[in-house]
Amino acid sequence: MEYIIEMLNIVKEFPGIRANDDITLQVRKGEIHALLGENGAGKSTLMSVLFGMYKPESGSIVLRGEKVHITGPKMANALGIGMVHQHFKLVHNFTVLQNIILGVETTKNGFLQINEARKKVMALSEQYGLKVDPDAYVSDITVGMQQRVEILKMLYRDNEILIFDEPTAVLTPQEIDELMNIMKGLAAEGKSILFITHKLEEIKRVADRCTVLRMGKCVGTVNVSDVTIEEMSEMMVGRKVILNVEKGEKEPGSPVLEVRNLTVKADKSKKNKLNDLSLQVREGEIVCIAGVDGNGQSELIYAITGLLSPDSGQILLKGEDITHKSIRYRNTHGMSHIPEDRHKLGLVLDYSLAENLMLMEYFEPRFQSGGFLKKAEMYKHADQLIKKFDIRSSEGARTRVRSMSGGNQQKAIAAREISRNPDLLLAVQPTRGLDVGAIEYMHSQIVKARDNGKAVLVVSFELSEVMRLADRILVIYEGEIVANVKPQEVTENELGLYMAGAKREAAV
Amino acid sequence: MRAKREKMGLAGPDLSKAAGPISSIGAIIVGLLVGLVILFIANPEKALSGFGWILGGSLQSPKDFGNVLYYATPIVMTGLSVAFAFRTSLFNIGASGQFIMGAYGAVLVGVQCKSLGSFQWIVALLAAMVFGGLWALLPGILKAYFNVNEVISCIMTNYIGMYLVNWLVKSTVYHKLTNRSLPVAATANIPKMGLDKIFPGSMVNGGIIIAAIVSVLIYILLNKTTFGFELKACGFNKDASRYAGINARKNIVLSLLISGALAGIGGGLLYLAGSGKYIYVEDILSPEGFTGISVALLGMSHPIGTLFAGLFIAYITVGGSYMQLSGFVPEIIDIITATIIYFAAFALILRGILQKFRSRKAGDKG
Repeated sequence: MEYIIEMLNIVKEFPGIRANDDITLQVRKGEIHALLGENGAGKSTLMSVLFGMYKPESGSIVLRGEKVHITGPKMANALGIGMVHQHFKLVHNFTVLQNIILGVETTKNGFLQINEARKKVMALSEQYGLKVDPDAYVSDITVGMQQRVEILKMLYRDNEILIFDEPTAVLTPQEIDELMNIMKGLAAEGKSILFITHKLEEIKRVADRCTVLRMGKCVGTVNVSDVTIEEMSEMMVGRKVILNVEKGEKEPGSPVLEVRNLTVKADKSKKNKLNDLSLQVREGEIVCIAGVDGNGQSELIYAITGLLSPDSGQILLKGEDITHKSIRYRNTHGMSHIPEDRHKLGLVLDYSLAENLMLMEYFEPRFQSGGFLKKAEMYKHADQLIKKFDIRSSEGARTRVRSMSGGNQQKAIAAREISRNPDLLLAVQPTRGLDVGAIEYMHSQIVKARDNGKAVLVVSFELSEVMRLADRILVIYEGEIVANVKPQEVTENELGLYMAGAKREAAV
Repeated sequence: MRAKREKMGLAGPDLSKAAGPISSIGAIIVGLLVGLVILFIANPEKALSGFGWILGGSLQSPKDFGNVLYYATPIVMTGLSVAFAFRTSLFNIGASGQFIMGAYGAVLVGVQCKSLGSFQWIVALLAAMVFGGLWALLPGILKAYFNVNEVISCIMTNYIGMYLVNWLVKSTVYHKLTNRSLPVAATANIPKMGLDKIFPGSMVNGGIIIAAIVSVLIYILLNKTTFGFELKACGFNKDASRYAGINARKNIVLSLLISGALAGIGGGLLYLAGSGKYIYVEDILSPEGFTGISVALLGMSHPIGTLFAGLFIAYITVGGSYMQLSGFVPEIIDIITATIIYFAAFALILRGILQKFRSRKAGDKG
């Protein structure tokens, strides 16, 4: 079968690192081709080479059988290569239609021919089942719809080769399903799709073939139907990966966190964000909160950590009422928090790794005396954690966190929070954006904390994670706990019903 | 080379540190070149000799260089003031008001507390610090507790400060005949600290030494202490600071308080310089406060960088004043020095470009 695009023997070097080492990637017309690799395996570099942002040391790009020399993203676009970035590139105060035509506006005597554009967009939207409201402002639409706008942008520019960079990272399970269908539809219409991801289930679901990268090298290209998920993950990580969490039975002890009748009101007259919510997390227990994003998870965690003060209710940590205590007090009295938004909350991106690793403890006598920081101690502490948690960065403890990969940033937060040896560990979406190896590691750390008698509260939108990790599952729906179940006693389907609000346990 | 620097203990936490001085020097060169072009436009024949004055005028005699140090003192302080607030990502455009408030505090003690004897100048300087600091407290509290943009409140406090000082001078330390403040006592003047021996005939005094010491202190405060760690964390990421349990409001107030105190000291140092400076009762904002913004920008908001940036701008100013010998009118001189300063302040943009270039070269692996 003919290849629509081939990247042959690409080598790209950066000082001290060979990011792409003789990588060959061949995509057939009309196929969904997955590009699989851990964070830092060289996927982004390869795509930057394809878009002409980096000049490779050697290797060539062949498009429809002809060797091409791509000088920049504009040229790539003109050649029919389009990309949906992980972080969307949309103008928020423009409408959907305006965003789609931005940069390729049809004009007549200098006037915008918006109606022609609208017709074309609506036709494309119809053809590929990409439901969008062309006149809605991007700031008002859901993430899923924003992604559809990005896809329409590529189609509007008549792109034949569509690249999706980790498209599912920001989507809910339902939106993921929809995206998978859209991708299949696009491929059926003759578009060629390159699907960059590290989620194996998704590859299994949609991709025809898969090229695996590891540490800058090409491990191989396989037919997805010929291999199992385990085999793919082994190719990616380079060793056998335990996808299931190994954890023994453990009898929970006394309660560490108690939330009593917590209510957080919403602005205006909307429904309460949290409505009279009560829960308990005990020593040696992992409680997972399952639910669709936006059902009060964030408010619950913010209230527990003190980032938000509840309208009523009580929060008890080890029996002590901390409802009105400061954030610092909670942090120093046994609470650790791995936040969902690592860029906004978890890290000071312009600080070094070492500084970030002591962010919660810089005021402790260990790191300061008389108000002066002990830099030597700071670096010692950082080096220990870097080694113990295998945090990779270009310059070790001195690396500016902004320049680190997302997975390693997450590892840094986890290292900081877990190493503080908390009584209560709060983890929100702890494995979001992590690759298989890192997920395995993060899960084992959480289980280890629990085995050491810590209380762990995990918020996750991924049912598979909830099922694997939890000792007890609480389902949250519209600010209320609607189910309190053990993972052994429930199916994913049932959980889905609770999450959608279609079912509710009588007792809770 | 990096390894070598590391051995010498000079290596910073990241590569971008070197970009600071490089881009500042680059910006200065660009500024000077643009100044040269304007000189050619204004007077092609005398352009080169005029340019020579700008570059070398300050080095003619010890007196001239002493004057450079004298002119640098207040703008180093206002530069530090602005730079310090920048580090907490606050834009203290109110240094002018804090400067004149500080000046008034110094003059008040300098005129009225003659009984303090040889301690008078120290108390006067402390008064300048307190007056400047308190004057910045107002926008600080407004920002921290009522979320009032500090730029707006600072601009307002500039004008309020100016008129307030006019009124205060008139009602406390006024010399009616000259429409200005009374002269301060001799014991209120900053000691020369031996600098008058090195730079005879100039207006130099110990103020520049005090400014240099304060620069180093601020450097230590920002980089070596937990307080500086908190302030910078708040400046970089307010949400993450909150998450880490840092009291962001307290830090905003303290940051502006210190920033104002620095500007206030600047006012004190200028009006206690013993160079015949008086607070005139007129409706003019102190320009030192605004020059401080340029100084801070050129100095990359780094305390030591700010010290050198202040010296550079003073150097250009003193050199420029000699251009009249080449037949340039003072207005043109002002335009040219302003141009150089203006372009030099582009240092920050230049650094951005440098960093972009570097990160592209280094590439983000993934």
